Parts: sequence; C-alpha cells; structure tokens
Amino acid sequence: MLRDRREPPPRKAQVGAATSLRSRRHFFQESACGLGSIALAHLLADDGLLGAEPDPLRVRDPHYRPTAKNVIFLFQAGGPSQLDLLDPKPEMQRWDGQPLPDFAAKDLELAFIRHDAKIWASPRRFDRHGESGVEFSELLPYTAQRADDLCVVRSMTTDQINHHTGQLAMACGTPFVGHPSMGAWVLYGLGSESRSLPGFVVLNSGTGADAGSGIWSSGFLPSSYQGVPFRSQGDAVLYLSNPPGYSQATQRARLDAIRDLNALSLEASGDPEVEARMASYELAFRMQVAAPELLDFSSEPKAMLEAYGVEQEGTAQFGRNCLLARRLVERGVRFVQLIHATWDHHVELKSGIERQCLATDKPAAALVADLKQRGLLDSTLVVWGGEFGRTPMVEDRYPSRDATRGRDHHRLAFSMWLAGGGVRPGQAVGRTDDLGLEVVDNPIGVNDLQATILHCLGLDHTKLTFRHQGRDFRLTDVRGRAVPELLA
Amino acid sequence: MYQHAVPATRSILAVLSMVVGFAQQPEIDFKRDIEPIFRQHCLGCHGSVQQQSGLSLDSRADALQGGYSGPAITPGDSTGSRLVAMLERPPDEGPAMPLGRDRLPPDQIALLSAWIDQGARWPESDAPGQSSPQSDHWSLVRPVRPQVPPVKDGDWSRNPIDAFVAARLEREGLQPSPEAPPKVLLRRLSLDLTGLPPDVSDLASLASDGYERVVERLLASPQYGEMQALHWLDQARFGESDGYQADFIRPYAWRWRHWVIDAFNRNLSFDRFTIEQIAGDLIPGATVDQRVATGFHRNSLHNREGGFELEMDRVERTVDRTSAVATVWLGLTVGCARCHDHKFDPITQKDFYRLYAFFNTAVETDIEAPMPGERAPYLERRPEYERLRDDLFRRYKVSELQAYWEKRILAAAKNPDSDLEPIWKVLWDLLVIEVDGSREAVETPPDRRTARQRDLLSGYFVKSIVGGYDFQTPEGYEGLDFDALKRDYRALEKKFPNLTQAYAMMASPDPPQTRVLLRGDYRRPGVPVEPAAPGALPALPEGKPDRLALGRWLVSRDNPLTARVIVNRVWQQYFGTGLVSTPEDFGTRGERPSHPELLDWLAVEFKDSGWDLKALHRTIVTSATYRQSSNLRPELVQRDPNNLLLARQSRLRLPAESIRDATLAAAGLLDRRVGGPSVRPYLPEGATEIGFGDFVKWPQSSGVDRYRRGLYIFRQRTLPYPQLETFDAPDTMQVACKRERSTTPLQALTLLNDPVFVEAARKLAERVRAEVGDSVPESLRLAFRLCLSREPSQSEFEVLLRNHERQRRNLSEGSKPAAESDARTGRDSLGERETDVLAAVASVLLNLAEFLIRA
Repeated sequence: MLRDRREPPPRKAQVGAATSLRSRRHFFQESACGLGSIALAHLLADDGLLGAEPDPLRVRDPHYRPTAKNVIFLFQAGGPSQLDLLDPKPEMQRWDGQPLPDFAAKDLELAFIRHDAKIWASPRRFDRHGESGVEFSELLPYTAQRADDLCVVRSMTTDQINHHTGQLAMACGTPFVGHPSMGAWVLYGLGSESRSLPGFVVLNSGTGADAGSGIWSSGFLPSSYQGVPFRSQGDAVLYLSNPPGYSQATQRARLDAIRDLNALSLEASGDPEVEARMASYELAFRMQVAAPELLDFSSEPKAMLEAYGVEQEGTAQFGRNCLLARRLVERGVRFVQLIHATWDHHVELKSGIERQCLATDKPAAALVADLKQRGLLDSTLVVWGGEFGRTPMVEDRYPSRDATRGRDHHRLAFSMWLAGGGVRPGQAVGRTDDLGLEVVDNPIGVNDLQATILHCLGLDHTKLTFRHQGRDFRLTDVRGRAVPELLA
Repeated sequence: MYQHAVPATRSILAVLSMVVGFAQQPEIDFKRDIEPIFRQHCLGCHGSVQQQSGLSLDSRADALQGGYSGPAITPGDSTGSRLVAMLERPPDEGPAMPLGRDRLPPDQIALLSAWIDQGARWPESDAPGQSSPQSDHWSLVRPVRPQVPPVKDGDWSRNPIDAFVAARLEREGLQPSPEAPPKVLLRRLSLDLTGLPPDVSDLASLASDGYERVVERLLASPQYGEMQALHWLDQARFGESDGYQADFIRPYAWRWRHWVIDAFNRNLSFDRFTIEQIAGDLIPGATVDQRVATGFHRNSLHNREGGFELEMDRVERTVDRTSAVATVWLGLTVGCARCHDHKFDPITQKDFYRLYAFFNTAVETDIEAPMPGERAPYLERRPEYERLRDDLFRRYKVSELQAYWEKRILAAAKNPDSDLEPIWKVLWDLLVIEVDGSREAVETPPDRRTARQRDLLSGYFVKSIVGGYDFQTPEGYEGLDFDALKRDYRALEKKFPNLTQAYAMMASPDPPQTRVLLRGDYRRPGVPVEPAAPGALPALPEGKPDRLALGRWLVSRDNPLTARVIVNRVWQQYFGTGLVSTPEDFGTRGERPSHPELLDWLAVEFKDSGWDLKALHRTIVTSATYRQSSNLRPELVQRDPNNLLLARQSRLRLPAESIRDATLAAAGLLDRRVGGPSVRPYLPEGATEIGFGDFVKWPQSSGVDRYRRGLYIFRQRTLPYPQLETFDAPDTMQVACKRERSTTPLQALTLLNDPVFVEAARKLAERVRAEVGDSVPESLRLAFRLCLSREPSQSEFEVLLRNHERQRRNLSEGSKPAAESDARTGRDSLGERETDVLAAVASVLLNLAEFLIRA
C-alpha cells in the first residue's frame, strides 16, 4: 500500500534497528574489505534500514492489478499538426481558402493568427492500414505499418495554448511551475526496480523542449523522484566517468577508503544519514559499471540498428534514443521520457513536418515492433504526442511566399497514439468535426490521459496524493478519469 | 465530475414561474417557504461558517450584496437573479448549484423565483452576527512575553531558551546532551554562521578568546551576510532569468542580491529590511538603495512566449508577488484562495484580492543603480561611445531601416485589418512581449523620446531584428552586411562601461481598480475590492492603504505572525527543523509549535530588540541548547526520532553551496570577494542542451571568478547548475522556506568525478605538499586537518596510510593522470606523481560524511 502522506513517516531508524545494524556492521568490518562493501549496502537496503527514511525508491505495490509496469513517453514537443498526420479531414477540401464561419471563429483562442484566417485543407494523402483499417497520413509510413498495434486518439483537448504552459500541463497535470512530472509521480507511487540505473530517465533530441527541465521535475516531491537526463554527448549521466587517468582500481580504492572512514564515523555518531551516504556511494559505483554496458550497442544485431535508423543521418538521434528506451525498460527502468523538438510549425509546415517525420517515424515504429517481438509490449505502455495540436486555418506570415505557410497553436483538438501496456490496439478513439476544429465525440483532456496512464500502472489517480502547503496534490489536479474506451 | 442528466428545467420552470407569477398565488413567507430551502441546500457553504465565493445567505443584506460575481438576488427580477441562474445552470456552462449534489426540485426553484419576484421579503430579525471562526487559531493571537519557567538544573541553562527547553525535557523525564567538544562546536558555529569551515587558526582563538568572542567575530565577518543572504534568496525565489520558454537572462538581478548581503552585514533591522523590500520606493525621499530593495518583487517569473496574453502574465506576476509576501512574512499559503475560499484557513478569496490590490497598483521599472566608482568613467566615455555608435549605425543605414520597421509594426498594431503581411503584427507582439518599456518608447514620436528609449529601441532593432529571418530587407538596402553590423555593435558595447541597473517597483501612474478574479481567471473580473489586510488579522492603521502601509503593518507590534514566522525560520537554520515544522504554513493546516512559549518568547524578544537580527542569532547560538552534542543517544532515537524535544543538536547535511565552498576553502582556492555580479563556473560540454533551442548560453567564467562561492553562481532558471541542483538547492521558481537534504548516488558521482571537485582535491594536495614537503604522514595529517578541523584518530590515520600506498601502486601502473600536461612546465615528474597520489587520497577526505554533515 502507498503510504498516506498525511501521517509523516518516522524520520529516523528506530532503536532496535540501530542495535542490529551495529552488530552487523561489526561483522562486516571484520570480514574482508572487498566483500563488505556491496553486501552491506544490499543487506541494509533490503532491510529498509538505510538512511533517515526507508529508501524512497524501494518497490511499492500498486493500488490494483496493473496492465503495465513501465512507460515510454515519446513527447513530441511543439505541437505536431494532427491534420497532416493522424486526423484525416476530407471535408476540409470544400472549405479550403475560406475563413471559418463566424460562430466558429468568434470565441476561438489563437496565439498568432487572426480570426479570419483561411482554412487550409491538408495536402497530405491518408490511407487505411492493417486489419483495423485505421487511417494514417503518407508522412507516417512506418507508424502506419503498426496500425494494428496502436490506439490512435483523435479527441485530445487541453486548456493551454502556449508551449511552456501546455507542456507543463501535459507532463505535470497543471500549467504551473513547481509541480511534479508524471515520471516523478510514478516513481513516488511504484518505486524503481533497477538497482543500478535511475528509475526515471529523460532522453532529448532536436532543439530542446520549451519548458526545459520543468517537464521532468520532481516539483514538490522529494528530489529522488526527479528525472535524470541522459546526455547525448560526453557522459550519459553527468560525472559518470572516472576523472581522467583514474582506472577502475583507483576509483575502487577511493570508494573503499570512503567506506572505511565513514564506518568509523558511524561508530561515533550512530547517525543513520552516514549509513545512507555509504549506500549511495555503492549505488553510484554500480551505475558506473552498468551504464557503459547499457550504452554499448555492439551486442545489437545489425538489422536492429538498421530498423531503428541508428546509423542513418536524420534518424540517428531519435533512433538511438528509442533503442536506448527499449534497453532501459529491459533493465527495469520505470519511466522513460523521450523529448523530441520541435514540431512548432508556424512557418514552413510542409518542409518542417517532413523533416520531423523523417527523423521520428521509423524509430518510433521500430520501438513498438521491437517491444512486441520481445514480449515487452505487454508490460510497457508507449505514448506518442505533443502538448497541443495545430489550427485548421493557415498561418500565413508571408502571403507572398508559398512555402512559408504554417499552422498556429490549437488546443481544442489534437491527436496522439498509445500502444501496449493494456491499451486496446487497432482502433481510433474519438472524433472531431469536419474541420478538425473541435471534438465532437469522447473528448479526452490531458488529465484524462494521465489518469489512464496511471490506471494502466495499477494506480488510482485520485489516491496517488502528496501533502504540500496544506493540501493533498495529485498528478491530475482536480480532474481526470481513466478512459474506458482506451483500455483493452 | 458534474454529470447531471440534462433536465428540461429551463422550459418547465418558465412555465412554472409563469403559473406562480401570474396566478397571484398567496404571498410567499420567508420563514415558512424559503429559509428551509436555504438551510437544507445552501447555508453549508454560504452561511456563517463558510462563505464560498464570498456569498452568504445569512441575511437579506448579505444576499443582496452577493459574492464575488455580484449580487445573488435582484428583488423583483428572478430571471435576472444570479441565485436562480446558478440553480438552473445548463451543464455546458459549468457546475450548477448546489455544487456536487442533485439539483433542487423544480417546485423549490419555482418558490424561490416567486419569492424574488415578490420583492424577496426577509424579516430583519434573522440577520445573524458576524463572526470569524478561525480568529482564535494560535498563530493569529498576538504573542505576549511568557514567563521564563523555573528549572531544577540551573547550571545547564545559559539563557532563557534553555529554560524553556529544559522545562519540557524535565516534563518528559529526559536529560539534555553534554556540550559538544570545542572542535566540533567551532566547526558547527563556523558552518552555520558563515557557510565555511573554520580556519586552522580559529581553533587556537577559541581556546584563548572563549566562545562568545568567536561568535562576535563570526557575526562581524562579511561571510555572515552571505550565509544569511543564501537563506533569504531561497525564500525570495531569487533567479537571474525569466523562467519559461526562452528564459531571457536578467543581467542585473545580482544588484538586489548585493543589497541583501549588505543589509545583513550592516545588521539593518528586520522591520526596515521588510519595509524597504515591500515599498522602499514609497519611502519619502527614497534612496537608490531603498528602491533597489523592491527588487524582491521582481523575482517573479515572466512568460515572454510569443502569442502569450500580456495581461495574463501581468496577473500571474501579481499573484506571485501576493503569494510570496504572504508566505515569506506571514507564513500563510494563500495560493488556493486565488481561485476559491479556503475551507479551513483564515484567508478568503476576497482577502486574497485585497492583498493582491497592493501589488496590482505597482508597476515594474528598471533604474540606474551604479556601484561605487562607476558613474565618473561612464560619463567621461559616454560621448565617445555615442559618436562611434552613431557612426556605425550611419554606415548601415540603421535609422532608415528602423523607421521602416517602426512604421510597419505600428500600423499593424493599430489596424489589425490592414493589408500588411501578418508578420508585422507578429513582430509587434514580439517587441512588446520581449522588451519591457518598448511599447511606450515606440509609441512616442522619435524626436520626443528619452535617450534611454532611443537606446532601447535601436539596441533591440540591431540585435534582434535587422538581417533576421522575419525582417525582409526592403529594396535598396540588400547589399549591407548586417552580420558585421551586429558583430561591431556587440564589440562596441563590450568595450565601453555601462552603469549597473536594478530591477525595481514603483507606484502605477494609472492604477487599475482591483477586482476579485473568478476562479482566478484574469478574463473573469468579479466585484471590486480595495487594498486591506486579511479579515482574520488586525486592520491596517488609518491612512492611505498603499504598499508602504502594508510594509509597516507587516512589522507592526500588533501583527501576530511576522515575528513568529521569522524567528522560526532563523531557528530552523540552527536545528534543521523549526519550532513550527511547517515554516511556510502557520495556518490551521500547518503543524503546531513544539515549544509554543519558546516561540513566543523569541518573537517578543525579537520585536523588543528593535527587530535586531544579529541579536537573535547571538541568543540562539550562545544557548546551551545549541551547544549540545549531536550524537544520537539510543533512548532518544526511540523516544524522539525527529529531535523535536531538542535533547541533542541535530546533524545536518550542508546546503549545496556550502559543500562547494568548503571544498574550495580546503583546497585554498576559494575567492572570498563579497557581493557583485554572478559567475558561471565550469559546466561540461553540451550541458546547455536541456534548455530550449539555443537560447540559453553559459559563457564560462575565467580566472578567480571560477572559485567564487556557490551563492554567486548564476541562477539560470531552466538550466540549474548541476552541482547545486543535485544537492537540493531550490529551483528558484517559487518561494522555498526549507531545503531538502537528500542523499543520492548522483551526489556521490558529483563529488567523486566533477572536474571542479577533482581540481580541488589536486590543489589541496599541492597546498599540503607545499607546506610539509615529502613526508607522507605529515601530508595526510595536514590534509585531514584542513578538511575536518581535527586530527585523525589512529585507526583513521591507518586507513589513510594504507589507501595512500594502494593509490601509489594504482597510479604508477595504469595510465598517467591529468597532471601529465604539467610535465611541460618542467616540474619534477616524480613530485607530480606524488601529488597525484596525495590528490586521490585528498578526494577521499572531501567525500566523507563528516565533511558533508555539520555535526
């Protein structure tokens, strides 16, 4: 059961525990140095005796039986144009070049364009795919091949019309800074199964998201739940490598001396914080050992690298991150958040969206196929989408230059897709009107999506709460429902 | 979820009310027909205990006055009465009343409508008295000086703090802990008061001068002000960039920090410290420094994302200012009240907007706030700068191009239906959103602009517009090399000195009427409100209710909260946990004090001392309670795991900045200059990639700037400095009243491998060898002393010695460490090898729990 934060847990180990620690510690000090280190940390951790509080990342039971253990969120920052990718609107052709009818334009929230902006029918061709016959645009040929594995959602809505607040709403449930992100909430709820890697990993590609580190923040939750960004150059995790010239033996010698001296000071102070610190050094060392293996793709068959597009220009960045996401999930990492930017095509939508689709379509599809083939799709929920969609109307900053046409931010309707982890595959959920302007069937808000993701993980979004500034907060704020139509 | 089946109430009711209204039914009796409905359905939320959305249905006057959306009842007009509209509200317009329950039966609504149509007669005698149910909450009652309790063991006690603590311990049958050994005490004192470990020489002075003299010396050191500033900056959500998307930097934000450090060091009394930050600009004859102090309010985030509504962001910043002041000074979390009444707390939504009104009538202003010695060289070289700049601009026809740009964007702004390409409107929006004060500047005819306005516009035009993607160069100007223009302009700016600026506040020349914002939404103004203190607290004195009055009210003798809140946070600095363990929340949902009399004694003493901060710090650190040993006693671990009874000191992991500072100090690298601009120490290649686009830059500092204290590290909000973030420095986005003290593997990786810490270990080794030469035992002992302010025990010494041998073997075998590059300097390579080995051992010392935890 999750701990109810209304009653804060005892902060220090109880006295009985301290005594038994002491005798065990003596045992290890007298045993050979090399043996002691890792075994001590393990035993202490397993007893829940580490540090001032029980290990915040220890594995906890969900509220009820989950259909997913892990999540890979492919965050498409900037707002991909759903009308050119996932939501076909053949009727728009008839309206092309005309302004919206007054009643529809009247109260529309827009970021940059005017209310009399003209409708721009998508120039993209849509076809039905797979046995399910779900339609995808020509821009997503690889994703389309996975049609029978995907659950396309065409009725997403959000309250936010700007990037920063929109991305916060999608990632953290509210548009306000300082709130924990989804990955942080999930770690808080379920803990981490990996003993040598962070439980919440962030992988960036492209130009970086508008909301920056806000979308993997631990907010007001303890900082242990924060997402750890893996970098694309240098050390994957900051300061993972030994200092220049330090062999593993040199590093180990440092750690052994730190451990031995800390053990002596523990003897004097009896402070469980010292114990926690000793364990943290062992975990750091395990990370140092595990990370190079994780990042070494040489054991992957050539065909696998080819499928993800790891070695091709264009797809290399996102492809590498997708493959890494699978390897992370294989190693027990709970929540992997890929961030790809940017889909913010106010201008030059045609060439821009082609470039982003080229970069992401093939790797994302390969990820789903690969997870499925390994049997991991049953326990891994994959989510693809951005913070909002784009307008059916053209954004025409330079009417004299045709190639510069784009679309503005649109919050009333956009599309995403989900796969695996207990989601019902081979369907498209929800419907928008003929212009793709508003949802007419089964509107799904960002809090609904979040409630659904938590539900797949076996968490009731109304019960996963944290007391902060006198109030019980949750990922879904005061809204949200798990959407039954999305679930298998 | 409000999933009412859509009832056909509208039409049915229309019919019903016609029947009732026109059939001249017998007159409706309030007591018989109406009050039971109110009692059953309404008064729970709109009665004497709660007035959700400001509405009370306790009396006719209350109902007529209504809530934040306006009157609830318009006598004689049921269809125009909000009460009826809310009962009949269609689901797509929002929740109907009663909230979250079944709708009222149509006949009851019909009765209410008929009663209103007949004039809403309501017997006067039933108006109940006003009462505020929360005003007896402990923190809202003004503290009075409590009696210092008598204690049996008078010897232990050094000042009244100890009497309060000992009295409690006696009741619990516990003994305080013995005094910590002098070396531990000195280290504790030094880290707490200055954020730095003691110098080796300090230990001797403790023995010769005594404890009190050391306290005085540390309180008088400039590092005291730096350490106090660190705590204050957390609360003030101090950052040096806007936050949000492009996260523009605020190059002069440090000027306010400089003021804070200086204020603590000259021991500015806390009442003046308060008044100057809240309203320094309104003090008659305000000095530049007093205006700089108002920069407290400029620490709000600022969303400049293109397409964002200006008014929405202005409201967000004003809300932030309101919440920050309420939390920092009053210990009240009022954020919820922005949207609705707090069910259990003393702050109503109306209270919130009364407080908000003080800040809603203030506007931001950037002022010149030169540092000593800046003005003369600036004035001297200014003419030369202007001549060179004007020459440069002339060569690239800047004024013609700028005039063209201004004309187009002004036309686009004034006439949104013009035939101009929409890009001009976008460029207008970007200017107004990105550049403070630009709107006034560009709307002023060029010949009437101030020099400042001219510089503002031409600087922006040259840096951000001309030659860019969005600005199509008009015909006849295509041949100009705008990249060269930008480069030369930047070089020129760099070469000539500028005056330091500060971000301040001033009274709005055109103050808006403040209104309650329904559900906190800037697009839904409700009833007007005037600036005033929250209803559960004493009122402001007579006179103009402006920010200055608010500042004075915060530190008035009658204010029950401020002194308690502040002494509690100071207490927290020294014991890890406040006497109230929720330092941000003294409301009904916060924790109650562990030692209420002690808290009140400290608060009253603080006020009586004239809000003397150094006196408060002195009283705490000279108490026997503070001087106890922090060793865990087995019986206490069980009885009082959180150390609320204070039968020992607490052991506290150092704040992020102190870990950096202590490391640099041990290595002899620390640059101790006080105040001034921020620095950007080493960051690994590619660390800025987590920011948006390539907006965020991190031009690395050079020279001794790299070794300044953590307090001075540039606080780029979307790119927190990794070492600070890893050790729980707050995110600078919102008020932080206490820090976490987590223990994570990323911290271990930082201390082991971050080049800043690797370099410090190496410099420590060099420093030690320079002092004691080749003797390994002496080197190890000195390094130990420099890091931990004491001699190693025999067993500790043996561990170090063995480790030294082991590292010597490791480092002579494997690859050669970083020092290889020094070989070029011709230094003795054997000596270099020895330094490498010692550096590896020194790094062990810098990673020890004892180094990182203040005992």
